[in-house]
Amino acid sequence: MHLTQGTFSYLPPLTDEQIVKQIQYAVDNGWPISIEYTDDPHPRNSYWEMHGLPMFDLRDAAAIMQEVRRAREEHANDYVKVNAYDARLGRQTTALSFIVQRPGHEPGFHLDRQERSDRRIAYTLHSYAAERPHGERYRNGVSKAAD
Amino acid sequence: MNTLISDEGIKPQKGRWESGITPYAEMGYWDPDYAPKDTDVLCAFRITPQEGVDPVEAAAAVAGESSTATWTVVWTDRLTAHEHYQAKAYRLDPVPGNPEQFIALIAYDLDLFEEGSIANLTSSIIGNVFGFKALRALRLEDMRIPVAYVKTFQGPPHGIVMEREYLNKFGRPLLGATTKPKLGLSARNYGRVVFEALRGGLDFTKDDENINSQPFMRWRDRYLFCMEAVNRAQAETGEIKGHYLNVTAGDMEAMYERAEFAKELGSAIVMIDLTVGYTAMTSMSKWARKNGVLLHLHRAGHGTFTRQKSHGVSFRVLAKWVRLLGVDHVHAGTVVGKLEGDPNTTAGYYDILRESFVPANPLHGLYFDQDWSSLAPVMPVASGGIHAGQMHQLLHLLGEDVVLQFGGGTIGHPDGVAAGATANRVALEAIVLARNEGRDYLNEGPDILRDAARWCSPLAKALDIWKDVTFDYTSTDTPDVVSTPSYS
Repeated sequence: MHLTQGTFSYLPPLTDEQIVKQIQYAVDNGWPISIEYTDDPHPRNSYWEMHGLPMFDLRDAAAIMQEVRRAREEHANDYVKVNAYDARLGRQTTALSFIVQRPGHEPGFHLDRQERSDRRIAYTLHSYAAERPHGERYRNGVSKAAD
Repeated sequence: MNTLISDEGIKPQKGRWESGITPYAEMGYWDPDYAPKDTDVLCAFRITPQEGVDPVEAAAAVAGESSTATWTVVWTDRLTAHEHYQAKAYRLDPVPGNPEQFIALIAYDLDLFEEGSIANLTSSIIGNVFGFKALRALRLEDMRIPVAYVKTFQGPPHGIVMEREYLNKFGRPLLGATTKPKLGLSARNYGRVVFEALRGGLDFTKDDENINSQPFMRWRDRYLFCMEAVNRAQAETGEIKGHYLNVTAGDMEAMYERAEFAKELGSAIVMIDLTVGYTAMTSMSKWARKNGVLLHLHRAGHGTFTRQKSHGVSFRVLAKWVRLLGVDHVHAGTVVGKLEGDPNTTAGYYDILRESFVPANPLHGLYFDQDWSSLAPVMPVASGGIHAGQMHQLLHLLGEDVVLQFGGGTIGHPDGVAAGATANRVALEAIVLARNEGRDYLNEGPDILRDAARWCSPLAKALDIWKDVTFDYTSTDTPDVVSTPSYS
């Protein structure tokens, strides 16, 4: 499967050059960048691991891109996403969030159906990757977004 | 004797409390020296007096009939602090280019209205006066809701920020589609359309306004199949999906029953129609906040009173009312699609729904500053006759916090519903990417879409099949003021 979370998941993987342009857009808007990674891409997993704190004071897109590359190397088997945060009054939430690395093989999700009375079904989404312990998932290869 | 008809203007003919008929303007309903208070509700009315009716008297009559007055002097007014309760018409301006019409500004004291009740606000201000014989036509153009009154309303149960965080979708408009055909599909076939559209790339699918619980498909069956479709699509994409389950019904008890069932099945969102009325909408808003379910409002029927420029209620006023009573989504026009929508007027609606402070802007038909004081914003929904080839225009006109709904533009795709959905999602992401890169995406839009279509064949087919579709008709509801071209 292909995880379609994030702003640009229906486009071909972004090149580093394209990623820098998106970072520049965020910097121009005054949105600090943060980087997060995970091996549990369940759509309700709101808290991917933080690759450091949001880069509030870093406004150089090239330097931020260096950090993105470092995150991809350090978490080579994981999903990595770049977030831009809008702290303005009335927003105070993520402004942009896109995946910059995904595992080479994405096994996807199983849909558990628990049949209940009166034709009702209780659904549970179950990540195949998460069957293995944290740290042992996605070990059969990784593709960088730029590949 | 009709005191409204006066060729020589209004002359005092008798004392204020003498029995009989006294012109409204003489009873205090016209007060050009009145300075509106920050806590007053202010209204801008477009007044078309009957021939021979003095416009000042007509404005005063509107103020009177929408507040304390009746057709004759009543001594019982003297038992009250009547000047406090009287609405005051305080300004009257001719409409440029239309000698029959005037814009009257009228102030109402906050004490005239019950807290948190759109039913009461509307019964007061549009209750009787629109049928008043001395007026040929009357339109409520805008309403300034004072912060003191705003704070008596809950507002949207979640709002745009909470919705985005709940759905985990940022940085782009959301995509939806209304299931078609609107009527006749069985529940199982209906769910198929939902599944295909969601797995293909849409965020939402939607019941149409007239899908409630008819003989061809009862609500409970529809909900069960739609939730199977939503959950299947979530499993295929790893992305949160939703279907607006329409809970509109003939009575509140049935609406609550349907909404409870939708919640129990795990639906992220339910939907109501404007036709249920202000009080029912407010009740569903409270239900939605209590139960953590997003609330979508279809403005079914609004065109009967919002569209004509001379008579009725502007949608910009209706938009304020629904933001107060509290919905998370409301349909607000597409500009480029099949339904009424002048670009400037529509921009005014979108600002009212989304901004925290909306300054007066005659170009957008906004007569007053509106301070929402942190009341959550409403996500506008653009639906009706739009397709992937217009994506650059839609993003330019409507911005990022909007649900773009492509019903026919998804389901009518020659390669199927999922292909139609993918075409729309790819078109959207390509345009957003280009905009963020600083490209002139509005003018380069067709090229950007054409480039994406090289690797996305569903988009190529969508662009080809709908390339000539436009709905270029003159709008009936436009601002009086147009920007003057500058030639600097």
